[in-house]
Amino acid sequence: MNDNFVAKKVKNLAPSGIRAFFELVLGMDDVISLGVGEPDFITPWRIRETGIFSLEQGLTSYTSNKGLYKLRLQISKFLSRKFGLDYCADQEILITVGVSEALDLAVRAILNQGEEIIIPQPCYVSYGPVVELAGGVPIFVPTTEENGFKINPKQLESACTKKTKGLLLNYPCNPTGVSYTKKELEAINRVCKKHNLVVISDEIYGDLTYNHPHIPYPMLKGAKEYTIYLNGFSKAYAMTGWRIGYACGPENIISAMTKIHQYTMLCASIISQIAACEALHSGKRDVARMKQEYNLRKNFIFSSFNELGLKCIEPHGAFYVFPSIEQTGLSSLEFANRLLAEHKVAVVPGVAFGQDYDNYVRVSYATNYSQLKEAIKRIKIFMRDILKRNRFEYNKK
Amino acid sequence: MDQILEIMENDSRITVEEIAKLTKQDSKAIKRKITKYEKDGIILGYKTVINKELVQDEEKKVRALIEVNILPQKNLGFDYIAARIYKFEEVTNCYLVSGTYDLLLIVEGKDMQTISNFIAEKLSPMENVRGTVTHFLLKKYKEYGIILKHKEDDKRIAISY
Repeated sequence: MNDNFVAKKVKNLAPSGIRAFFELVLGMDDVISLGVGEPDFITPWRIRETGIFSLEQGLTSYTSNKGLYKLRLQISKFLSRKFGLDYCADQEILITVGVSEALDLAVRAILNQGEEIIIPQPCYVSYGPVVELAGGVPIFVPTTEENGFKINPKQLESACTKKTKGLLLNYPCNPTGVSYTKKELEAINRVCKKHNLVVISDEIYGDLTYNHPHIPYPMLKGAKEYTIYLNGFSKAYAMTGWRIGYACGPENIISAMTKIHQYTMLCASIISQIAACEALHSGKRDVARMKQEYNLRKNFIFSSFNELGLKCIEPHGAFYVFPSIEQTGLSSLEFANRLLAEHKVAVVPGVAFGQDYDNYVRVSYATNYSQLKEAIKRIKIFMRDILKRNRFEYNKK
Repeated sequence: MDQILEIMENDSRITVEEIAKLTKQDSKAIKRKITKYEKDGIILGYKTVINKELVQDEEKKVRALIEVNILPQKNLGFDYIAARIYKFEEVTNCYLVSGTYDLLLIVEGKDMQTISNFIAEKLSPMENVRGTVTHFLLKKYKEYGIILKHKEDDKRIAISY
C-alpha cells in the first residue's frame, strides 16, 4: 500500500484510544450497556407513520439545499414560541444531516487556516477532529469537577489569543450532563463579545433538562449576531437514525454554511425532513413523557452512584452522569475493561472525552429501569471486590 | 396524577425505597401516601399483567364484548340496572356509554357456550334489558396500553459516543 494515498491531515488525526474497547463491547453478547449515546426509546409511532406515508406518496426527491421550507418555518415558529427567538425561515435556518454535519459546516464556514477554536473539556469526541480537518486549531480548556465541569470567564479569557476565532460550547453537556445558568452564560458572553468571537452552541440536549431552565445562547443580549445555534431531532424526539439537525445564525454565516452543504451534502433526506415536521407538529407530549422517564432514572442513577462511592455531580440535562472512579485506583480504560469482563456492564472510559478525565467514566441512563437496577447491582459487587483487593494490596505493602 | 401513582401503575412490585430514589422524596412520606391511597380507594389492588395469549392451560377463557340496550324506567337510574348486571361474576367490565346502546360489558367464560348461556338465561330475560349484541373476541393485540407481543430486542449498537 502506498503510504502517500492518505492525506497527512487525516493521518495526523489522533486515533481513538478506546476503539479496541468499543470493539470488545460490540463483540460480546448479553452486555448491559450504559455506554449508549442515544435514547432507548424508538421514534414515536406518529412520527414514524408520517415517514412511511411520505414514502407511499412518492415523496422521494431532493429538497431545496436549505431544507424543506415547511420545516424551516416550523422551526422558526417553534423557537419564537418557546424562547422568543426570531430567526427568518428563509435566510437564517439551514437543515442538516444531524447536528454533526451542522457542526462541521459551522467550523468550515468560519475558520481560516490556523485560526483557533476554544473547546471546554470534557467534550464530545468529534469536536477536536472536526476543527483540525477544517484547518483550524482546537484549543482545549479542561474544566474541573470542583468548578462543576464548567468553563468560567477567567479560563476563557486566558485561552484567547490573536488567532482565536470562536468558542464551541455544548450544554447540557455530553458527557457530564452539566448545563449553565443564565448568569454564567452572561459572564462567558462578556468575554466572547470583548474578543469578537463566534459562538458555536451545540444545544442538541437542550430539550432534555431537569428542573433547570435551558437558555439558548442566542437569547443572551447581543449574542444572536455572532452565535451559530445548533439543534436537532435526535435526542429529544428519539430520532437519531433519521439524521436531522439544524443551524440557526446570522444570514452571512448560514449562507456560507449552505454553500458548503450544497456542494457536499446537497440536502438532508426528504423522508426524514417530513417526519421532523410531524415531530414539531405533534411530538410535544412524547418529548415530555420521555423526559419525565429520564428524570426518574437520573434521580435513581445519581443517588445510586453516590451511594457506591462513585461520586458524581447531579446532571442538569441530557442522559449521562460522569462519576469519578478515583478511589478504585484504576484508569478509566482499566475500570471499563474489568467491569465489562467481570460483570458484563459497559460504560465509556472518561479518557475518550479528554486526556484529563482518566479518573472518570461516562454512564448513560438511556436504558430501561430494570436494566439500570441490574447494572447497579453488578457495579456494587464490582466495587466491593476492587476496594477489598486494594486494601489487601495496601496491607501487603 | 401523582408521580408515585404513575410509577406504581407501571410497576406494582416496585419498593417504597425505589420510589423514594426515583422521585427524590422521603420514603416514609411515600409510605404514608400509599397507605392513604389504599385507604381512599385510589389504589384498589396490585395486579400482574399476563399475556394470556401465551399461557398454555386448559382454563383459557373466552371473552365477549356485549352491547346492552336498556329500557329506562321511572325512578330507576342507569346505576340501578348496571348494578344488577355487574354483580354477575361473569361480567369483568361494565361501562355506561353514549351512542346507539347504553351499557358495554366485557364478559368472560370458559367457552362460548357458557357466555351464550349467561346471555340467554341471565342478561336477556332481565326486565329492563331491551336487547343485546354480542361480539366474541378473536385476538388481542393491545390491552391497557401494552402491546401483547414478545418484548423486542434493543436495536441500538451497544456502545456509542
